[in-house]
Amino acid sequence: MFYREAGQFKTTYAGDQAVFPILQDRAFVIAVILFAFLVVPFIADDYWFQAILIPFLVFSMAAIGLNLLTGYAGQLSLGTGGFMAVGGYMAYKMTTAFPDLNILIIFILAGLIAAVVGILFGIPSLRIKGFYLAVTTLAAQFFILWLFNKVPWFYNYFSSGVIAAPPRSVAGILVVGPASTPMVRYLVALSFVVVFTLAAKNLVRGRIGRSWMAIRDMDIAAEIIGIRPFQVKLLAFAISSFYCGVAGAMFLFLYLGSAETEAFNINVSFDVLFMIIIGGLGSILGSFLGAAFITLLPILLTNLPPHLGFSMPIDLQSHIEVITFGALIIFFLIVEPHGLARLWQIGKEKLRLWPFPY
Amino acid sequence: MEALQAVFVLPFLDMAGEPLFFLEVIIGGLLTGVNYSLVALGFVLIFKASGVFNFSQGIMVLFAALTLVGLMERGVPVWLALVLTVLAMIALAFIVERFMLRFLVNQDEIILFMATIGLAFLLEGVGEIAWGADVKELDIGIPDKSFEVGGILLNEFDLFAAATGTVLVVGLAVFFHKTPIGRALRAVADDHQAALSVGIPLKTIWVVVWSVAGIVALAAGISWGAKSGVQFSLSLIALKALPVLLIGGFTSVPGAIIGGLIIGVGEKIAEIYWGPLVGGAIENWFAYMLALAFLLFRPQGLFGERIIERV
Amino acid sequence: MAIKRTFLTLLSAAVLAGSFAVGSTTKAGAEEAHFIPLLVYRSGPYAPNGIPIANGFIDYFTLLNERDGGIDGVKVTWEECETKYNTKVGVECYEKLKNKGTAGAALINPYSTGITYQLIPRAPVDKIPILSMGYGQTAAADGRIFKWVFNAPTTYWSQASAFIKYVGQQEGGMGKLKGKKIALVYHNSAYGKEPIPTLEALSKKFGYDLKLLAVDHPGQEQKATWLQIRRYKPDWTFMWGWGVMNQVALKEAAAINYPMDKFIGVWWSGTESDVVPAGDDAVGYKAGTFHAPGANTQLHKDVYKYVYGRGKGAGEKSRVGEVLWNRGMLNALVSAEAIRTAMGKFGKKAMSGEQVRWGMENLNLSKSRLKEVGLAGFTPPIKVTCADHEGNGPVIIQQWTGKEWKFVSDWISPMREVVRPMIEAAAAKFGKENNMTPRANCM
Repeated sequence: MFYREAGQFKTTYAGDQAVFPILQDRAFVIAVILFAFLVVPFIADDYWFQAILIPFLVFSMAAIGLNLLTGYAGQLSLGTGGFMAVGGYMAYKMTTAFPDLNILIIFILAGLIAAVVGILFGIPSLRIKGFYLAVTTLAAQFFILWLFNKVPWFYNYFSSGVIAAPPRSVAGILVVGPASTPMVRYLVALSFVVVFTLAAKNLVRGRIGRSWMAIRDMDIAAEIIGIRPFQVKLLAFAISSFYCGVAGAMFLFLYLGSAETEAFNINVSFDVLFMIIIGGLGSILGSFLGAAFITLLPILLTNLPPHLGFSMPIDLQSHIEVITFGALIIFFLIVEPHGLARLWQIGKEKLRLWPFPY
Repeated sequence: MEALQAVFVLPFLDMAGEPLFFLEVIIGGLLTGVNYSLVALGFVLIFKASGVFNFSQGIMVLFAALTLVGLMERGVPVWLALVLTVLAMIALAFIVERFMLRFLVNQDEIILFMATIGLAFLLEGVGEIAWGADVKELDIGIPDKSFEVGGILLNEFDLFAAATGTVLVVGLAVFFHKTPIGRALRAVADDHQAALSVGIPLKTIWVVVWSVAGIVALAAGISWGAKSGVQFSLSLIALKALPVLLIGGFTSVPGAIIGGLIIGVGEKIAEIYWGPLVGGAIENWFAYMLALAFLLFRPQGLFGERIIERV
Repeated sequence: MAIKRTFLTLLSAAVLAGSFAVGSTTKAGAEEAHFIPLLVYRSGPYAPNGIPIANGFIDYFTLLNERDGGIDGVKVTWEECETKYNTKVGVECYEKLKNKGTAGAALINPYSTGITYQLIPRAPVDKIPILSMGYGQTAAADGRIFKWVFNAPTTYWSQASAFIKYVGQQEGGMGKLKGKKIALVYHNSAYGKEPIPTLEALSKKFGYDLKLLAVDHPGQEQKATWLQIRRYKPDWTFMWGWGVMNQVALKEAAAINYPMDKFIGVWWSGTESDVVPAGDDAVGYKAGTFHAPGANTQLHKDVYKYVYGRGKGAGEKSRVGEVLWNRGMLNALVSAEAIRTAMGKFGKKAMSGEQVRWGMENLNLSKSRLKEVGLAGFTPPIKVTCADHEGNGPVIIQQWTGKEWKFVSDWISPMREVVRPMIEAAAAKFGKENNMTPRANCM
């Protein structure tokens, strides 16, 4: 009843092609963004910022990146952790080399370097497909981490090989470093995510996005209709790695604060892949839903039983958590293989008729 | 110039300078390679028969080994424990088919892949609850003394594991090519629908391959577990098997063994002769790079089925 | 469709319940008590190590409450949080626990290299001291830069220098080290790389040849490493290993017939779970440590009597006295003693992190104090100062007999003249990069 597009007539092409053509959608998205910017900072505490919101935002960013590559362009990648590491380490190198350079610009530059690395490791995708490609992207994952671990230049010859985010300010406000407040870091992360989400949303509905989808659905056919797989696939790798690189810089600077290469290990790659599959391949919204699911569910499973009054040994609880997590994933895939984004869509369909379904 | 020499000349001089050691490296690589193949085989079997890239194969290795050791710790004799573990793996295959695969027929392969990751989490938790987190010694009575033959050091257990691996692979190859079930398996692998239409029971076939993969996992679990003790990290061995799959092809049983040998020897030689130049520990990524190099020439692996694309 | 609807309902219910659960995490304790957050790992790949450590901690705190009614009359409370040895989960745990208890967390024992590195920058902000006993960042021993981090009684660098001293003793004098070959097999991570600078510096000083062999995580496959050792034929081999890497290394060393009594592991590679799975192959293997093995002290008797005797043990009685149980217990004891020291200055109430930091910095576990707490001969005295957060404690070598660990050396004091300048240089570098100035009032 409330969610109904009847009566919304598009009188211009621009209006017809808007990112959110339906008024209710637009209002909802703006409300969410306003809420996140204006209300959340005042109601969340350190725990919420540090343990839930910031990781959620960072992983959303990475998930969008991988979703562009896997969900839209159809190239399966398990190298996300490696590309994030490139972003993190390069941002660290640049900010220690040029302490006066604005840290936000450094995030972008780190993303660009990650994009170049992404192109390099994307080259095999021209010949290799499917799971073969997925496994070869593991070469990127292992090689990049090995490199950052082995070459002292990347961690400024510090004896332990651990990089730490140094304090940096933007416009007089400390945004990164141990003394920066979680709220500021949250707002920075949020701004990045909002801007790049809009960019991604625009990207996928335009020419580039369409050519990605054509390649995904059948690359030979796409080639025949004049899409060049070489450029398009590499572009997908570049843009996806850019997102992952920025996410990696955020991961290090806004979330962890300090890290060794282990922080970007293969589990990160898998986590991000789970996010986009659970959330929905080929859906920007799905990236967020998936990131929320994968980062929040374990926390929920750990914290819920004690609050409901169950007390059990912590190891048993942890095992049950893992089992529940696994079972939920399987259950999900059986119930809705197209991910949470699809459930959302179904929900919207229902809303259209609610409360008087026929 | 000097750097070039260090990379392109000196390692070879080094090999030629100590041929006995070089031989030892190769033998070591081959023996390790067979162990990689054992893990890779599990992947191949399931991928071949159902198109599922079974990420839980690593956990199945752990699960099988845990069950075996757990039973032995409770005083069950080795042979009985082995039999019971095999039965447990068959039971697992039934459960997987009944509660997971059956509902996922005809889904995208990435969804199936994801489901097996869910399965991996599940098995991990169940295994830990059932058998505890301690590192357990696995000793099924195979000797593991080292002896020297003509200046080359060999280990009895390594040889035994390699022999078992070879027997398993040959056995499976025969099974696939000579028995009716094997033929049915190949038919299913070729085309699910066509296989169904000539009356091959898809569900039975799945249970059979998952059971066989479970048994292969047990063999891999024994051979790796004897070395490291049976513990959680055993499941990570799956990551070592993936490059093997790339080289051999996802669908070839002999490919798994050849791929394993290539990776085993290749990474040992790289680590020992080139590793020191760059600080060592290159084995992990080198295996993947080697596989990548193979793939650039044959995108379906050495023995994988040629990918034919039509519009 | 029905199943989908149920599913949706369930999902939204779960989300609601979840936000409620996470939202109301802080519960105020009524009674005045010290609160100690425990980051434990009882599951995951490193659980075999995490379980005895956690049990040692809890058993000691239980003992304090049962026998003495807490620390000087103020009870000790704690809460476990499962980290799975995962840094991200560790951060979540830390955020969840840091403000609990009447006075907030007294101090934190991260019990993972990764989590320690995470918390080091946060400690001054949250005002919670870190005690990373025998792990973490070695440079933190310089208390002038790392005001909030303590790694008493000794560090990896000190240990590496003690190993070299031990080898010198065995070879018949430090002069004999010249021309000897020493190999280091290390976990290819920040942790594994810790001893390298020290060993390299000492190699220049004493003229031994050092070969570094990295093993990539997780370390199940080490044939290449041990083939290299077989060719290099080192006189001594050191190992900085962790988890599955240890068990495999022992097996591989045996497979190349390497003499086990020339093979020395770091204190994290010298536990029961490292040697038992290797069976007879591990007999003769040595490892460094900073406390005694076994359950032979008065304190262990008290634990049997007051904790396990009353059915309040955290683990199995038979496992009290394992190397890592002892380490967890000692870690708990040092924490408690720091709190006790702080209470001497700030009074009988629950201590805050800031107060415990003072207590930690003024900690003096003298020989007589160790005897009082029932640990005579268990570990050498530990004394922390403002500048020296390590205390420069000695290291001892223990050997596995096939049944138990036994001391085979005297307490070896590390080469402070070599290690301390390196620590100060590393700390200064860290300080410079993070715009920190050393505290002037120390020294």
